[in-house]
Amino acid sequence: MSTIASDGTDLGHDTHDAHDDHDHKPEGFLDRWVFTTNHKDIGTLYLVFALLMFFIGGAMAMVIRAELFMPGMQLVRPDFFNQMTTMHALIMVFGAVMPAWVGFANWMIPLQVGAPDMALPRMNNFSFWILPFAFTMLLSTLFMDSGGPAAGWTLYPPLSLQTGSSFAFVVFAVHMMGISSIMGAINIIATIFNMRAPGMTLLRMPLFVWTWLITAFLLIAAMPVLAGAVTMLLTDHFFGTSFFNAAGGGDPVMFQHIFWFFGHPEVYIMILPAFGVVSEILPTFSRKPLFGYAAMVYATASIAFLSFIVWAHHMFTVGMPLEGELFFMYATMLIAVPTGVKVFNWVSTMWKGSMTFETPMLFAIGFVVLFTIGGLSGLMLAITAADLQYHDTYFVVAHFHYVLVPGAVFTLMAGAYYWLPKWTGNMYSERWGKIHFWCSAIFVNVLFFPQHYLGLAGMPRRIPDYSPQFADFNMWSSIGGFAFGASQLIFVGVIIHCVWFSKKKATAQVWEGAKGLEWTVPSPAPHHTFTKPPVVDDTMVAHADEAH
Amino acid sequence: MSEQNPTAPKRGHGRLVGKLLVVAVAMFGFGVFAMPPLYDTFCEITGLGQAGIKTAGEVEESAAPRQVKVRFDANTNSKLDWEFRPVQSSMMVTTGEATTALYFAGNPSERDSAGMATFNVSPPKAARYFVKTECFCFTRQELAAGEEREMPVYFFLQPDLPEDIEELTLSYTFFRNEDDDVAQNAP
Ligand code: HEM
Ligand SMILES: [Cu+2]
Repeated sequence: MSTIASDGTDLGHDTHDAHDDHDHKPEGFLDRWVFTTNHKDIGTLYLVFALLMFFIGGAMAMVIRAELFMPGMQLVRPDFFNQMTTMHALIMVFGAVMPAWVGFANWMIPLQVGAPDMALPRMNNFSFWILPFAFTMLLSTLFMDSGGPAAGWTLYPPLSLQTGSSFAFVVFAVHMMGISSIMGAINIIATIFNMRAPGMTLLRMPLFVWTWLITAFLLIAAMPVLAGAVTMLLTDHFFGTSFFNAAGGGDPVMFQHIFWFFGHPEVYIMILPAFGVVSEILPTFSRKPLFGYAAMVYATASIAFLSFIVWAHHMFTVGMPLEGELFFMYATMLIAVPTGVKVFNWVSTMWKGSMTFETPMLFAIGFVVLFTIGGLSGLMLAITAADLQYHDTYFVVAHFHYVLVPGAVFTLMAGAYYWLPKWTGNMYSERWGKIHFWCSAIFVNVLFFPQHYLGLAGMPRRIPDYSPQFADFNMWSSIGGFAFGASQLIFVGVIIHCVWFSKKKATAQVWEGAKGLEWTVPSPAPHHTFTKPPVVDDTMVAHADEAH
Repeated sequence: MSEQNPTAPKRGHGRLVGKLLVVAVAMFGFGVFAMPPLYDTFCEITGLGQAGIKTAGEVEESAAPRQVKVRFDANTNSKLDWEFRPVQSSMMVTTGEATTALYFAGNPSERDSAGMATFNVSPPKAARYFVKTECFCFTRQELAAGEEREMPVYFFLQPDLPEDIEELTLSYTFFRNEDDDVAQNAP
């Protein structure tokens, strides 16, 4: 395939300098990067920003694991430890994972639906450039007299209201991230609804586009609720209102309801695009169409719907009435059904395929296996009676890190390796990619698996010191943590090599089994693609064999 | 709001963007203005989360008062050599009306001692309608050697006490307050 000439740009592009310009890229750093409205450049900005945040948040995790290496207080003051856990989570969630997915969306959605750019390119620029300001503001609180936020990323009052005046910076940083996400989401929906190439019907869209479309709706519905919650915290803190202050007639538990009404959809915001990426990669390297395409779309939509009615599974211990506990328990367990459909479809996609194990495929398979472990511990937590025991222990920490690290982060890696040749025009080093994968896969388990046992034995989360009975598992976890952190430096090496030093040129299709519009444009993807819309038919889409 | 990509399809994005913005603003309002009252109303309508305890105002307004027989029972744990019995073995109580009942406690032994009473209401489903406003069982009781005393309990029955409950029993058991008996505490 790959004969559809997209826009006649130089197929014989023979330089490996990514900044080299044969296709009307703006001259000069400011015009190229700061004022850019090009979806590919903005995508790159998002991805670089997310990687930077990944390492800043990662450095905080290293502080946490170093303090927890041994029982007793060794390195940091308890208050600083709490700032580290809080900031680590805020940075990873809002600074690393979410912007990384928006970066992928910017790069890939126009390429995958055959659009020349995002629908609202100038708003796109604005969405990105808010973020560096938001995170500078958030990080600056660490250097203020009153210190950074230390009440956990969930910002529960009354504890969060004890943050000093730096709290205002935290709240405004969250507002800015929210505005950025909402604008990004609107842009993505408008692009998908209005700018698909002729023939790209909804049920021909690649799953990455589908999962992002649904994610964008989750963002629009959930982020404003978070903005509302932190605004009320702000007025409680500085303007004497009592939304969450029991002494003034407010209700602190109300905050938890509002926060988790946002919070649970938020975890799906981080994982649905991951489902999409895996659904792209497994068919390519199994050389088979995705099994159950339509089921995948409907499963994603049901997960999105259910994610709005399960929030109180984070609050089983607040003293809800029995009926409430039961409702949220069953609703939560219901999510396992569409999630199970997805896992079975991924396995069936690989079944009897002619599989090869390039780095993206390794990360995708690692995702399927390890994410499922996280899903299972989630189900255990969903059992109300059991959660009373596990809540706020390391078991919960193990659960959400299994779904977020080998879940969301592994798929980000998988997607990066998968599309890197398309972005840069060069092949990355397969050898180092595989080393990166195996180090990550081994150490992520050394890091997080022992935390299950710690939690079951009763070790609480968010504490800088612990009873000596927990010592050995914590030491293993810390060793795994340092090794996992170090392994991620390999990734940076692979990217630098691929962008500037790799001598191996990528073909347009890159992967033998790859299907879809993005593989019809040359590698690297020219600055402007699909200025003349391609015409799409069934032979070009990854799930061509499926009748729909 | 509609900035057209020069190469985009000739359709404006304004309407779609407008609608999506309205959704975002509405969700903000939902979180701030709608969720708290909705939450309260939901609990009120369904009765979820409403423990059986009412404020005084609510108590007076509800169901008509009626007479219920309350029996009194007293027990002493074998480790505590006190005499402990109700002054009245039963009485008729009007629902919603504050009532006082008396118990008699004496320490016939040679040494000072302290006890703590636990209580029990049966049938169990009557328990949440039985409200003690003040009771000797709320605190530790001390009796010097040979001392005798009447111990009052102030209570009322909530007017919405289920119709089928016509009789109920309040039972106490006094236990020795092991670790800090008066004798040990004395310097
Ligand atoms: C089968 C699917 C899942 C189920 C049944 C489930 C269930 C739960 C439950 C019951 C809790 C609360 C535990 C407690 O605090 O006591 C929890 C916490 C959490 N889950 Fe999941 N979960 C699932 C999937 C996911 C996914 C896909 C993600 C993210 C990608 C995720 C991220 C989290 C996070 C971040 C927390 C902790 C939040 C906090 O307290 O800071 N979960 N999960
Ligand atoms: Cu949840």
